[in-house]
Amino acid sequence: MDLQTMTYLAVGLSFSLYIGIAFWARARTTGDFYVAGKGVHPVANGMATAADWMSAASFISMAGLIAFNGYGASVFLMGWTGGYVLLAMLLAPYLRKFGKFTVPEFIGERYYSRTARIVAVICLILASITYVIGQMKGIGVAFSRFLEVDYNTGLYAGMGVVFIYSVMGGMKGITYTQIAQYVILIFAYTVPAIFISMHLTGVALPQLGLGADMSGTSMSMLDKLDLVVGELGFKEYSTQVMGSKLNMFVYTLTLMIGTAGLPHVIMRFFTVPKVRDARATAGWALVFIAILYTTAPAVGAMARLNLMETIQTGEVGSPEGNLAYEERPQWFKNWETTGLLKYEDKNGDGRIQYYNDKSEAFASKAESFGWKGNEMVKVDRDIMVLANPEIAKLPDWVIALVVAGGLAAALSTAAGLLLAIASSISHDLLKGVFAPSISEKNELMAGRIAMAGAIAMAGYFGIHPPDFAAGTVAIAFGLAASSIFPALMMGIFNKKMNRAGATWGMIAGISVTMLYVFQHKGIMFIPGTSYLGGMEPSWFFGISPNAFGAVGAAVNFAVAIMVSKMTAPPPDHIQHLVEDIRVPAGAGSATGH
Amino acid sequence: MSDREAYWKANIRLVAGCLVVWFIVSFGFGIILAEPLNSISLGGYKLGFWFAQQGSIYTFVFLIFFYAWRMNKLDRKFNVHED
Repeated sequence: MDLQTMTYLAVGLSFSLYIGIAFWARARTTGDFYVAGKGVHPVANGMATAADWMSAASFISMAGLIAFNGYGASVFLMGWTGGYVLLAMLLAPYLRKFGKFTVPEFIGERYYSRTARIVAVICLILASITYVIGQMKGIGVAFSRFLEVDYNTGLYAGMGVVFIYSVMGGMKGITYTQIAQYVILIFAYTVPAIFISMHLTGVALPQLGLGADMSGTSMSMLDKLDLVVGELGFKEYSTQVMGSKLNMFVYTLTLMIGTAGLPHVIMRFFTVPKVRDARATAGWALVFIAILYTTAPAVGAMARLNLMETIQTGEVGSPEGNLAYEERPQWFKNWETTGLLKYEDKNGDGRIQYYNDKSEAFASKAESFGWKGNEMVKVDRDIMVLANPEIAKLPDWVIALVVAGGLAAALSTAAGLLLAIASSISHDLLKGVFAPSISEKNELMAGRIAMAGAIAMAGYFGIHPPDFAAGTVAIAFGLAASSIFPALMMGIFNKKMNRAGATWGMIAGISVTMLYVFQHKGIMFIPGTSYLGGMEPSWFFGISPNAFGAVGAAVNFAVAIMVSKMTAPPPDHIQHLVEDIRVPAGAGSATGH
Repeated sequence: MSDREAYWKANIRLVAGCLVVWFIVSFGFGIILAEPLNSISLGGYKLGFWFAQQGSIYTFVFLIFFYAWRMNKLDRKFNVHED
């Protein structure tokens, strides 16, 4: 059986499984549609949360960014795990005690204001849509490889599948499906990592393999990688920073705060059976996430090492040291088909030179070798995880499994997010504000229409992606960090926070962040509309747009506190409500109808 | 001071303690102090790099379970637990 048949088989089988489960547990009422089954155990719920959380950005994109940014990409590793600490300690138990379905419901009630609720819905939709845009890039990459077509065609196919998939099930179907998806995606991620780690170092656990000595030598994998990339003029892998140390600090903080402000993750904690379970669920979710996140650094490093060594087959500078283009391996050809990998023979020698042509120190060396610039003119970071098993020459079934896992990751998160968008529009805006008497059936229908609209919009941006999948997703975190998180946290920890403070805080926080992102990345990410250019010199203290959410959050806190000091304190019954959510006793089950 | 206030104070103390550790392993060891720590090696890892890409994550997992365990004890001590 050839690779393509096997890939179809792996993807087909795993998809039939998800759709089967979704159909078996399909949503029949609005309650089912938005809320996971009440009887879900914290371990199972944690696993589903992990699948929901680990998207195309985590599965497909992150290790690629690690491969090319080395130490600098630690911001993603710490940022997307550390946020669970904030979530578990500052939000989850209290939101569970509050016992409603959605984030805007909490904000509307806590701040006794319809305006606050509407502002929260808008912030939430902006963050979720941006997040789905990031997923679309990953879905496009995975489907284009899977179907062996160009990126845009892959994206259209993916949009269709996501639509059918999310419209069919609600949260209830999704919880069980996501457990299945977690199992497939974690298996698909770790198996190749174990294979490659064994091959390179003889140590099976990738977490240890990354620090272990290369087989037959006394040099550790990281040192070897530093050496290999250094010889070709690239920055030292284990110390290169992303932007600056300050940028890394702010970036990490943004991702952490954003994690604790993203609606599709928070939503799960509203509906666990008990407050105690809310704490445990956050812990279990992080355990399941950590399995992938501690493997990712090894996957990134091994992918980079294998890629470099595939192209630079011999000594740097010797004419035969570089791979001849005619002899390029099959994976190279496969990815050329998608347009995400491009080669250009700049010096006409028929061989591939892959080096850092921006390094001035290396320029004279390159010239003496007769190299006329980096010939790997495009190596999309987002292909690394999917290409890795092929580059490492792993068996076909492993490669097929990875494609299935990548699709599972992208789909599970896209579905969860689309559900969050649907619920904010149909439940929070329509039922909550504009048409309280809407029937359950129409509410469900409105939710499904909202999903379709969101997919179409995200698909458009998937064709003109503002950044790599993980980069776009980081912007979504920035938006959530600067708006939702501060409002939720102050709602619990600051009894005196009132509606004017919270509302203006959210508006100020998200505006500052959006203006900063748009001025560098284009208004609504439309190419060519960025009014200050994407140039690094115009960055505020060297902070990249993707990292700016934490600054927006600081603005949010400051504005909220100032405004609340100048306006009337919240009424007594609200202050009692806050006191009440601070203790677990008396938590009933979630209600919203 | 009422029981509820005492419970809330104890809760804040626990969360603050956990967040100090959270900050030190990630922002402290992983970013600010990464360079000096890199001169120490852990297996084949530079220590600062290890904290940034491995150690901080393990610590986060530990912190949440530690917090959950201590909070459950506090809930019972102040008699504010569920059921």
